[in-house]
Amino acid sequence: MKKILKSNLPELWQKISADFDLFLPLEKNKTLNFSLWKEGEKVNLDRVRTNASPKHLVFPQTETYLKIKNENKKLSFKAVKAKGDQYVLFGVRPCDVESFKLLDNIFLKDPVDTYYKAHRDRGTIISLGCTNPEDSCFCSSFGIDAGSAPKGADIAAWDIGDSFIWKAQSEKGQKLMETIEELFTDIDEKDLKNLEEEKGSIQENLKDLPFNSLDLSKIKGTQQEIFDKEEIWNEFSERCLACGTCSHLCPTCHCYDLCDYKGSSHGEKFRCWDSCMSSDFTLMAHGNPRTSQMQRLRQRFMHKLVYYPKNHEGIYSCVGCGRCVEKCPVHIDIVKIIKKLGGENNEL
Amino acid sequence: MSCSCHDNDPLIPKIAVIKEIRVDTHDVTTFKIVDNFGKKPFEFLPGQCAMISIPPIGEAIFSITSSPSQEEYIECSIKKCGTVTDYLHQLEAGSQIGVRGPYGNNFPIEELKNKDLVFIGGGIGLAPLRSVINYVMDNRDDFGKVDIVYGARTPGDLVHSKDIFDVWPKEKETDVHLTVDRLSENWDGHIGFVPDYVKSLNFDSNKIALVCGPPIMIKYTLQALEEMGFKKDQVYTTLELKMKCGIGKCGRCNIGDKYVCKDGPVFRCDEITELPNEY
Repeated sequence: MKKILKSNLPELWQKISADFDLFLPLEKNKTLNFSLWKEGEKVNLDRVRTNASPKHLVFPQTETYLKIKNENKKLSFKAVKAKGDQYVLFGVRPCDVESFKLLDNIFLKDPVDTYYKAHRDRGTIISLGCTNPEDSCFCSSFGIDAGSAPKGADIAAWDIGDSFIWKAQSEKGQKLMETIEELFTDIDEKDLKNLEEEKGSIQENLKDLPFNSLDLSKIKGTQQEIFDKEEIWNEFSERCLACGTCSHLCPTCHCYDLCDYKGSSHGEKFRCWDSCMSSDFTLMAHGNPRTSQMQRLRQRFMHKLVYYPKNHEGIYSCVGCGRCVEKCPVHIDIVKIIKKLGGENNEL
Repeated sequence: MSCSCHDNDPLIPKIAVIKEIRVDTHDVTTFKIVDNFGKKPFEFLPGQCAMISIPPIGEAIFSITSSPSQEEYIECSIKKCGTVTDYLHQLEAGSQIGVRGPYGNNFPIEELKNKDLVFIGGGIGLAPLRSVINYVMDNRDDFGKVDIVYGARTPGDLVHSKDIFDVWPKEKETDVHLTVDRLSENWDGHIGFVPDYVKSLNFDSNKIALVCGPPIMIKYTLQALEEMGFKKDQVYTTLELKMKCGIGKCGRCNIGDKYVCKDGPVFRCDEITELPNEY
């Protein structure tokens, strides 16, 4: 474990970005997102929640995987390799770190998605404890500890006032810390005490959050029984705009489309994010098995709360980041749905 | 022109060639497909599917209709009914396409051995069944009696006419029962819907049934089989949902905890009962 003075951060960013693409929570037009750092950018490490999750770094919103030429009726394919340099991603909150693991369960499972794997392999992930969680955070409901050193992070970091403490957790993390060693100093007992206090204070802050103790075990019944609660699904879907904001911002949503692009002399096949909330997601030539928004909304939440856990040892496909709670334009969110499915008669 | 796609991502197709085209009906054509070197593009099991791409028009998944024992090529019988299939139907022999696969599970060949089998197909639904039927015919002594019930709207909509009229009826211990939905010229065979015909044939309920066709035909055929005393674990059918990746990741064919492209398309009927009714 080492520490770095906050006043040394600009130098740290410079040093890291000399060798890596450095992604940090940057504020642009009042919106906070993980973006590529350049000199002069406004880094904000105080707000815990970025607008979008950092999933775009491992699962780009669009990604070309094949170039196609069709000349004189001769077809040729050229596979496009995953693009991007080695990167460091700093400031990932424990919920988003956990979301990488949930995506790994899909993309790294045989047959491995080689693009996702390449993006995962080239990244070094540095987590940051959540000093000031937002009111709509509910990671504890999914067993995530916002003050901990998340397993999936190569380096875990905490804010202890005038400095950050960094703790390498993997070979990759260790290696990165060696290259920037001169900016760090050893920690003393006072720092350790500060770290324990920080962790304790995070725990205290979490306790007071309104959604942080959702009881998912209250959602009882078989897959079919939960699916059949049409009254609940209708209640929510009636005002769903099918805008897809939830899927877009969600760190665990991973549905994608494969599309063709036709240029003048060549074509491309590319992958892009998609959402099960959109009406043509399941549209086939012979019809559509999900014709109503109720069915589509139900699919999204059934997948997160029932289907995914059934396939992945009971792990829910939600990390409680709270983005959908904050951003849904008509205030439908997974918290309300969990409560309602669990038998609570909360106000919609 | 080259293609060194072997170590690539599973989404990368390889170049294939349409070796031969056979027009089955006004809207169904059967394509013989080989790889760029004139060989079978990949090995597969009956019931599995191939993802065919017509760049840059699009990509769609089709059941393979040839038997795995066919060493030279794969065959897909394709109905003209959407963007990709419209283009496919315009192609000529020798045209290059993209192909990847095989995808999905298969009909459980081992479990079918030594059993009496009844194949029930409707319309283009004969395509995946034909893969199993021809596999059974190629290994005829491993299987019991075979009944093939097949129906279409009109005589002109019956696909694989050579197989159903000339080849299969001559096979050992094999009966082919054909029907069309309505009275038609040049047809002196049975008239009526497949589910009703199945009931009237009154099969012994110790057989294994394999059913494939349009959703409505599947629904009523399964009911008919149940009434005849078939248990759910004696009946196999296939589900069809929109598929893009073919490897259980893109989420499109997710139904309940299953992905049709990976866990299906073949399901035993007791497995289907456990899925939400969204197909």
